[in-house]
Amino acid sequence: MSDLNTQAVARYKNNFLKEVEERVEDGHWVKMCMQCGVCAGSCPLGPHWQHSPQKIFMMIRAGKREEVLGSDSMWMCTSCYNCIVRCPRKLPITHIMHGLANYAHRLDMAPKGQPTREIAKLFWNNLVKTGRVNELKFSLAMYFKDGFGQGIKNSLAMQGIGLGLMKAGRLNPMEIFGGHACKGKADIQKIVAKAREIEDRRRGLA
Amino acid sequence: MAKKQYAFYPGCSSQKGASAANFLTSMKVMTEKLDIQLNEIPDWNCCGASIGYGEGGELPRLVINARNLAIAEKELPGQDMVSGCPACWLATRETHERLAEHGSLLAETNEALKEAGLNLKNTVRARHMTEVLIEDIGWEGMKAPVIKPLEGLKIAGYVGCQTNRPFGIAGESFENPKYLDKMIETVGADAVKYDQKVTCCGGALAFSEPEKSQKQIRDIVESAYDSGADMIVTPCQLCQANVEIYQSEINKKQGTKFSIPVVYYTQLMSVAYGGSAKDAGLDGQLIKADKLEKIANK
Repeated sequence: MSDLNTQAVARYKNNFLKEVEERVEDGHWVKMCMQCGVCAGSCPLGPHWQHSPQKIFMMIRAGKREEVLGSDSMWMCTSCYNCIVRCPRKLPITHIMHGLANYAHRLDMAPKGQPTREIAKLFWNNLVKTGRVNELKFSLAMYFKDGFGQGIKNSLAMQGIGLGLMKAGRLNPMEIFGGHACKGKADIQKIVAKAREIEDRRRGLA
Repeated sequence: MAKKQYAFYPGCSSQKGASAANFLTSMKVMTEKLDIQLNEIPDWNCCGASIGYGEGGELPRLVINARNLAIAEKELPGQDMVSGCPACWLATRETHERLAEHGSLLAETNEALKEAGLNLKNTVRARHMTEVLIEDIGWEGMKAPVIKPLEGLKIAGYVGCQTNRPFGIAGESFENPKYLDKMIETVGADAVKYDQKVTCCGGALAFSEPEKSQKQIRDIVESAYDSGADMIVTPCQLCQANVEIYQSEINKKQGTKFSIPVVYYTQLMSVAYGGSAKDAGLDGQLIKADKLEKIANK
């Protein structure tokens, strides 16, 4: 168990709802869910998750901490915002799912090797490095995330598309040597580090 | 007429050599003809996109967007920010609204921005390019520069998610927005009845969950064919990339023969306003938009 997780269990004991309300982005909305299920029927990846948002919300109230934080459901969110605009009680469901995913990831309770969890990490680290996303490095990092052999296989499978994009001027092989970057990249790294420090302090994660 | 000026946030995908480079190319003719002046926000950074939440959390995500807003506020005072990318627009507008609603978040944001010598008063409005066209230029204004109406083209207007939800265009419905169809008609083409106009393409999960996303993309493409469309048009960079790029993958795996062009509304306008195929960025298509090129070359 990660230290952060041990500390959270000790602090909140069996009150998982309180933990979510205090530590998860927009978590204070969870108790407003009336279990109508419109979110479940609106999700494009509906057939693929373990638990629908509505189930997740009830599980939070029932104190099913391990099951919620270990669920793959939040990682199936495509950020289409269907659930947000359709929720009759106006819960910011997309934000809550993002918040739960982030919290589960921070506590290292999220499923290991979950592909969206992995690419979310790669994407963020990629953008913080220079202030702008380097699409070539991001793609290569994704292909090679499961090791060198798999990376070569993935790259070969996508070779045709890659060459097509290069020919169309939409993928620049020279980006591997750096590519687009912000002049203020050091500033960006500083403000991101500071923001995380402030947020961790507020959420009791520091 | 005096030029309308905006603080412009291009976004990562629109940069030279990036996946939506041809979007930016196609905007040039359109903005020139409509007397829109875009002043690029100096040293803008990435918005974090929709997938940034996983590692980034809430405040770091708000703060990187606040940096762009703070620079625009200082360097381009009095101008609305406009972005052509739905993800950039969504993240920036969400930041603006959350910080306006919660004074404590604005205070925390400014504490972080101080590290870069910046401060945000939060006075800049974040808008999407389609909003600017509809609200500031108007339908008559958009129609005026048309010299090559796109007659005979049948187009499926694919709005997608983030241009439409959670904010969308004022007065439009989330389930059946009409403005993109109206834009298609404004430049002289036919907007076909299209069932999948607000279906999700899988977004960033096209990378992490290819099978699941390609099912979405298959629905989007099939429905366009069923409607008799010659091409799909979208306002979204990620929709464009996903729906165009993965057609060949779906063909390989499922034996379909998909090959329908996917273009931006800006490319339609660029051609209708007299731009060449190159001006409209049509050389950036993986699946050539032959019928649109033919009109451009007329």
